Amino acid sequence: MIAQPEALNFECETGNYHTFCPISCVAWLYQKIEDSFFLVIGTKTCGYFLQNAMGVMIFAEPRYAMAELEEGDISAQLNDYEELKRLCTQIKRDRNPSVIVWIGTCTTEIIKMDLEGLAPKLEAEIGIPIVVARANGLDYAFTQGEDTVLASMAARCPDRSPVAEAEKDERNAIAKLLNFGRKKEEVAAAEAEYVNHPPLVLFGSLPDPVVTQLTLELKKQGIKVSGWLPAKRYTELPVLEEGYYVAGVNPFLSRTATTLMRRRKCKLIGAPFPIGPDGTRAWIEKICSVFGIEPKGMDEREAQVWENVEDYLQLIRGKSVFFMGDNLLEISLARFLIRCGMTVPEIGIPYMDKRYQAAELALLEKTCHEMGVPLPKIIEKPDNYNQIQRINELNPDLVITGMAHANPLEARGVSTKWSVEFTFAQIHGFTNTRDVLELVTRPLRRNNSLKGLGWEKLVQEEAKV
Amino acid sequence: MKLAYWMYAGPAHIGTLRVSSSFKNVHAIMHAPIGDDYFNVMRSMLERDRNFTPVTISSVDRNVLARGSQEKVVDNITRKDAEERPDLIVLTPTCTSSILQEDLQNFVERASLEAKGDVMLADVNHYRVNELQAADITLRQIVQFYIEKARKGGTLPEGKTEKPSVNIIGISSLGFHNHHDCQELKRLMADIGIEVNEVIPEGASVHNLKRLPRAWFNLVPYREIGLMAARYLEQEFGMPYVDITPMGVVETARCIRQIQQIINQQGAGVNYEGYIENQTLYVSQAAWFSRSIDCQNLTGKKAVVFGDNTHAAAMTKILAREMGIHVVWAGTYCKYDADWFREQVSEYCDEVIISEDNGAIGDAIARVEPAAIFGTQMERHVGKRLKIPCGVIAAPIHIQDFPIGYKPFLGYEGTNQVADLVYNSFTLGMEDHLLEIFGGHDTKEVITKGISADSDLGWTKEAQAELNKVPGFVRGKVKRNTEKFARERGLAEITVEVMYAAKEAVGA
Ligand code: SF4
Ligand code: SF4
Repeated sequence: MIAQPEALNFECETGNYHTFCPISCVAWLYQKIEDSFFLVIGTKTCGYFLQNAMGVMIFAEPRYAMAELEEGDISAQLNDYEELKRLCTQIKRDRNPSVIVWIGTCTTEIIKMDLEGLAPKLEAEIGIPIVVARANGLDYAFTQGEDTVLASMAARCPDRSPVAEAEKDERNAIAKLLNFGRKKEEVAAAEAEYVNHPPLVLFGSLPDPVVTQLTLELKKQGIKVSGWLPAKRYTELPVLEEGYYVAGVNPFLSRTATTLMRRRKCKLIGAPFPIGPDGTRAWIEKICSVFGIEPKGMDEREAQVWENVEDYLQLIRGKSVFFMGDNLLEISLARFLIRCGMTVPEIGIPYMDKRYQAAELALLEKTCHEMGVPLPKIIEKPDNYNQIQRINELNPDLVITGMAHANPLEARGVSTKWSVEFTFAQIHGFTNTRDVLELVTRPLRRNNSLKGLGWEKLVQEEAKV
Repeated sequence: MKLAYWMYAGPAHIGTLRVSSSFKNVHAIMHAPIGDDYFNVMRSMLERDRNFTPVTISSVDRNVLARGSQEKVVDNITRKDAEERPDLIVLTPTCTSSILQEDLQNFVERASLEAKGDVMLADVNHYRVNELQAADITLRQIVQFYIEKARKGGTLPEGKTEKPSVNIIGISSLGFHNHHDCQELKRLMADIGIEVNEVIPEGASVHNLKRLPRAWFNLVPYREIGLMAARYLEQEFGMPYVDITPMGVVETARCIRQIQQIINQQGAGVNYEGYIENQTLYVSQAAWFSRSIDCQNLTGKKAVVFGDNTHAAAMTKILAREMGIHVVWAGTYCKYDADWFREQVSEYCDEVIISEDNGAIGDAIARVEPAAIFGTQMERHVGKRLKIPCGVIAAPIHIQDFPIGYKPFLGYEGTNQVADLVYNSFTLGMEDHLLEIFGGHDTKEVITKGISADSDLGWTKEAQAELNKVPGFVRGKVKRNTEKFARERGLAEITVEVMYAAKEAVGA
């Protein structure tokens, strides 16, 4: 079948859809940035969400807490500054973090609490940097919370390389990691392995092993990663000078990208995202092309990864997958799964930044044409009720969905996978291709093993929805 | 502002949604920012519900804030009314959107003009009440709404059922072991010849609410949800209610005796003493267990109890009265109803603690070092860190509270479950802890002062080796007691000698 060379079709349903609140980013960012403390300034509803959704709230007093607004705060009888000072002083005393990140919420938006105005004053008074991120559910969905935090942190990156060698050592934690256990001369020799190019900083929060993997992939091409935003420690935030190059690893970081370009005058490398071997390759190649480097060994590298996952591909080839939309990773995942041989009728997504995702969208289009499959419909802010009607019509082999719909869909004989798992799993780079497919194929493998039992639909009457 | 790490009772809208979604064919529209519809996840994941949660978010975003939400809310109500034809749509804000102070009652009135089903605004002050209070209020509101509607329409049935009958009030979605409790209560009622007229709200149809007054009495098994509805029915129809939680052998008997009294006043002429005796002595294993040699070994052991009013009070009584366990303190997080709790448990424990602060509760546990804890998931975790076994007896709700097998807490089968829980907590508790229920989010370095297990004292190699020989489940305690002993005497290093001196001194 030859696909129609039509263009991608975007729709905005502005519907009622389910996603996680963006303040959930706290759950992974506090673990990523080891010397941080996150203070979510909101209501009981926010706290209850964190407590239940993340299951982490505070069994061991992790490095985040709620500043729970009470009636007096909301009716402005209490002084915001004094209240926040009291809490932050306590946090400083008990935990002594290198940075306190204030996470704004819907409530601070609605009551117009001037967090940005209060922070610098308090920061000066208590002597701990305070970063303000307004990760509220009025403006953002799920993973965009990370975007708000990184955009604010981008403003805090040092703007000049430190002169002293010793300090440089400390800043350049990744280089240190890569050079671990080597002698000085070897390090110098290692430096020579790099091509001479303008500094490159990557942004997006990834688990440390993935950071290392991607850094090494670029190193193979002679590209040196000068730093990551965020780093493992707040005190190791990368230097950002005017003219530095930056590249994102996640599709939900459009504000961070804009901040880096506008406020820090960095040059953004717009590439598809390093998810799946196809995306990872495109990402590396794009970075290489910007630096005028001829990428080496990409064909073999990609081919080898595909070969390694052939057993999984056999399970999904020719099958269809429907994205209800939750975490903004949808376009990248759909593009990868189409490359794997699946078809995608619909991609729901909470927010579609066509500029920041331009290269990813182009790759999606190209992939569809090359694989000879129809282009997916992209539905921004989908309406879950309508989607369920469409799922009933289309009868896809797999639905990637938020947690609220998984069990009811399963009960109706529709295989599902939680979108949230892709948010927390390691899915980036060549190395983790198998992990993504592991997730995608699990319901299908489970079905295969349950097939003999003939338990298809587990709801009695044909329910209305 | 207050620094909060954990909450025992959720925000008000959760209570409202628990009640509305318990009913059959009732839909809730939540007027809230998009991140607030976490209730759907809880329903779907914890209850493993096969149906889509009957709650739709009418999301508040920037646009809505700028333009006003009336149109959107009304649209969403009428749309849902047309799509699924629910009998009732309940509109609720969350504490966040209630800050906007919109006239939601007006939205409801407008939507009612168009909707085929009923529409109501959950009448809850989101600033003042918590999940449990809101659930209680919403249940009363829905009952009242349909009673009044029937009265107006002249469809309120007259008279009582022929045989003695009961309404069981307060069984709800996401309630602690509610489904199994309900089954057990129905069995108990059947045993004593009482018909179940209605169970609300779980699985009930709002159309049947007008039939509530036909029952001879109401049974409210949980203190937290249902009392307001029962009081409303008492006030309107003079219906008596029984609010003794039938948990434990003694309280179950007391509950049955009160039922007997109430229905005999209405001319039933029953005597349940034989039934109670038979159940207590021969059917339930709990009374026998209390006399058995197993339980003898538990006598005088120290325990603490913490939970909601219903379960903490009942558990305290069971431990103290039925098992001879020494309850050092008993506590509740239902601050709003603290007087009742005090009155219920004071004579069965040394101290009563009323607090919503998990840190304070953790410290209180550390302070008394009980042999077992009966509390919520939070205390279970505290116990894990202190190496004290904990049996979970109350919400906040957790996936473990939805066992596949039959595990009621109420009635005679409940007495068996509770006896098992107590016995296992004291003896096998430690093995359970190895299960690592919370999946390793526990970062080691962070430990509160009150329940600190890390020490600043040095242990010699020999002493450490000696300590390691101590069985795991008491090791933490021996370690802490030894260190306390050493600290009091200003010793910087713990040797084997110090260890044994401490043992003699404090009986560790
Ligand atoms: S959507 Fe708003 S109110 Fe709700 S949890 Fe998120 S930040 Fe809090
Ligand atoms: S007091 Fe405020 S934060 Fe707490 S539940 Fe009520 S409205 Fe929400």
